[in-house]
Amino acid sequence: MPLVKRGRVIEDPYLRVVDDAPVPDGAAVIVPAARFLADAAELTRRSAPTGLIWPNDRKVAELAPWLDRLALIAMTFPNFRDGRAYTQARQLRERHGFRGELRATGEILRDQFLFLTRAGFDSLEVKKAADAAAFAEAVGRYSVFYQQSANGFAPVQRRRLLGAVAGGARVATGAEMAR
Amino acid sequence: MTSPLQQKLKVTGPVVVTANRLADGAVVYWRADGGWTTRLEDAAVTTAAAAARELLAAASIDQTSAVGAYVAPVKVAANGQVQPGNLREAIRSTGPTVETRMTF
Amino acid sequence: MYLYDELDRTLVTERVAEFRDQVARRLSGELTEEEFRPLRLMNGVYLQLHAYMLRIAIPYGTLSSAQVRMLAQVARRYDRNFGHFTTRQNIQFHWIKLEELPQAMADLASVGLHGMQTSGNCVRNITTDQWAGAAPDEIEDPRIWAEVLRQHLTMHPEFSFLPRKFKIALTAAAHDRAAVKVHDIGLRLHRNGAGETGFEVLVGGGLGRTPFIAKTIKPFLAKRDLLSYVEAILRVYNSYGRRDNIYKARIKILVHELGAEAFAKEVEAEWRQIKDGPLALDPAVVADIAARFRYPAYERLDDSPPALAAARGSDRLFAAWLANSVANHKADGYAIVTLSLKPEAGTPGDATAEQMDAIAELADRYSFGEIRVGHEQNLVLPHVAQRDLPRLWRALDANGLATPNVGLVSDIISCPGLDYCSLANTRSIPVAQEISRRFHDRDLARDLGPLHINISGCINACGHHHVGNIGILGVEKNNEEFYQITIGGRADEAAALGTLIGPAVRYADVADVVEDIVAAYLELREDSRETFLQTVDRTGIEPFRERVYATR
Repeated sequence: MPLVKRGRVIEDPYLRVVDDAPVPDGAAVIVPAARFLADAAELTRRSAPTGLIWPNDRKVAELAPWLDRLALIAMTFPNFRDGRAYTQARQLRERHGFRGELRATGEILRDQFLFLTRAGFDSLEVKKAADAAAFAEAVGRYSVFYQQSANGFAPVQRRRLLGAVAGGARVATGAEMAR
Repeated sequence: MTSPLQQKLKVTGPVVVTANRLADGAVVYWRADGGWTTRLEDAAVTTAAAAARELLAAASIDQTSAVGAYVAPVKVAANGQVQPGNLREAIRSTGPTVETRMTF
Repeated sequence: MYLYDELDRTLVTERVAEFRDQVARRLSGELTEEEFRPLRLMNGVYLQLHAYMLRIAIPYGTLSSAQVRMLAQVARRYDRNFGHFTTRQNIQFHWIKLEELPQAMADLASVGLHGMQTSGNCVRNITTDQWAGAAPDEIEDPRIWAEVLRQHLTMHPEFSFLPRKFKIALTAAAHDRAAVKVHDIGLRLHRNGAGETGFEVLVGGGLGRTPFIAKTIKPFLAKRDLLSYVEAILRVYNSYGRRDNIYKARIKILVHELGAEAFAKEVEAEWRQIKDGPLALDPAVVADIAARFRYPAYERLDDSPPALAAARGSDRLFAAWLANSVANHKADGYAIVTLSLKPEAGTPGDATAEQMDAIAELADRYSFGEIRVGHEQNLVLPHVAQRDLPRLWRALDANGLATPNVGLVSDIISCPGLDYCSLANTRSIPVAQEISRRFHDRDLARDLGPLHINISGCINACGHHHVGNIGILGVEKNNEEFYQITIGGRADEAAALGTLIGPAVRYADVADVVEDIVAAYLELREDSRETFLQTVDRTGIEPFRERVYATR
């Protein structure tokens, strides 16, 4: 499945390690949650980037001890209607201050791109190539947002109070956020 | 949602395959020679589960003409006329039973 | 009423463009129906029995005359010349074509109307008292808070894929006209002992397969904390609501399974972490939104002008309508007028395009251009000068909008039912029509007093049958239409679920059964002042059960 990051389809620099397979030295890896928790101390000592896949029905607070050493957390959307990982992403960003890469995996269609970006995701494993190619267009569809997002995008009320509506302070569009 | 092609079909009488037209939602029926019609009398009728499954499979191939195909019961009168097999299909076939807007 | 600014309008326009693209991708086959379905639902587009249905949001039930004119135009241009007002203060069009939807929605967007979030697993239209801003018994206009919430919950990045739909209602008066106790979140604006105004927060109310009355989890929430607290509730629901079974996915099930106290603790724990963050409401923000609500420039008028008394004295029909459909207004010399959309044997809640145009015209002339929609499927002209009532009545009567049955037995609340809806087990509208015919006698209806009949064609309860004084629920038995009858329900501040009186009855018998129930009430009531509900409370359902099932 194509991987979209910063608006472009890229090769995945991370290696997916399955279950108990050995973790290669010097490679960026993504391990399953259980594997990570079992070997957390060792895995987070690696010099190469370490990431994990986190299920959408466990509290992200469990990861708190290692967040500053994790390069990537992949969240799970078993189907695109299951929105639990949006909450997890926001908690990682806003409550726990996670600054690594947040990746959305599972079933992702272009109509979720904007929600995902605003919830704090950096990279998306997209189901359809056509959707991946249309990323910029999809997130560029809207220029008005009522809520503050994880990207610190100025919500409508702040724009109003700043007088930005009349054409004052310029605020980022969705397309710009994608970069 | 289970694909109609995988659903267990129980056919206890004459049935047709019906759906809603994608573009406007109109009720349509699958014809024996393929394609959709809005006329129930032109629908392919069968009493065999296997044949019904085949009709349903054929009807479900093109997802841009009609949506949500399923097997619906009909009644066949002595003179061969095909009629809806229950109230729901009757309403789908001839429209709401509600009297039109009252005058006042 | 709230005036959209350039930003609100831009969002709606952008939404229309997105939906146009989604429709095109569906028609071309690029999107499968499974992929398209949640997208069209997020714009209020259902596929029903014979056609698509478009549900348009009417935020807190408030419309401008320009918006009503556009609804009439849409009804004429894209539908069959009528619209249906729903139990959630929305409007539905039942004959829309998918291929024409993008254009219809562009037309609606030009007056700030849209179908955003009127379906799907997101926060739905936020409803309130249809007399908000005009009612003498309200402490402040709840619509301002409804708008604060509406903005925050529109395309919310975290809460657009909830386990299931989510409904919020607000009230700000002692008498709850918004049915907050049967909503997922109910908010009751009130003054506490210290004289401060804030919200009582209730959660877990709802009808449908497993009806519940909402529980209070926060007796007093400061206004400042409204967004953060609602966010905390939604976050707990999004995280823990069931995803495995759609019949157990509403928040009411979560509240029931955890218990209200445990649920409240979860919310509190989450809320404490966010309450002082960016969601704490800045009074400047609230003031900005409040400033965008326009209120009428009332004239200084006296109550009961002589012309009104004269008309009342000389015209019996006008007097009957006045007594039934006109309520007190907080401003002297003004009145709140309810327009019954329940003419004898009509479809409850329907209005023709012609009627909508007439209503827009009358709103401009007599109600400062403002119209309201109530969850009982009637309309309201909220700011009418009392001296204009006789003229207004004549015009309403000429357009079939002055049936003096508001709140009475023939003011039936009904879902569209099997005649339109693919979810229904049975029809509901013809049942309503027949009952309406049986009780066409206006003197009888008036004598029976307040009596809410609610009809739902299936367990999804869009007709709110659980909280009807008489509730009628369609069920399917052996391919035949049967109806369960409940009595004693109510939707207001003393909300209660009705009690089943016996086995389901056939379609052909429902109107007879209602007549029997009414006959029993007339015999049992202490005097003509005891309402149906009061009689049922006093006698219990037994005498009614006996009467109905004696010969069945």
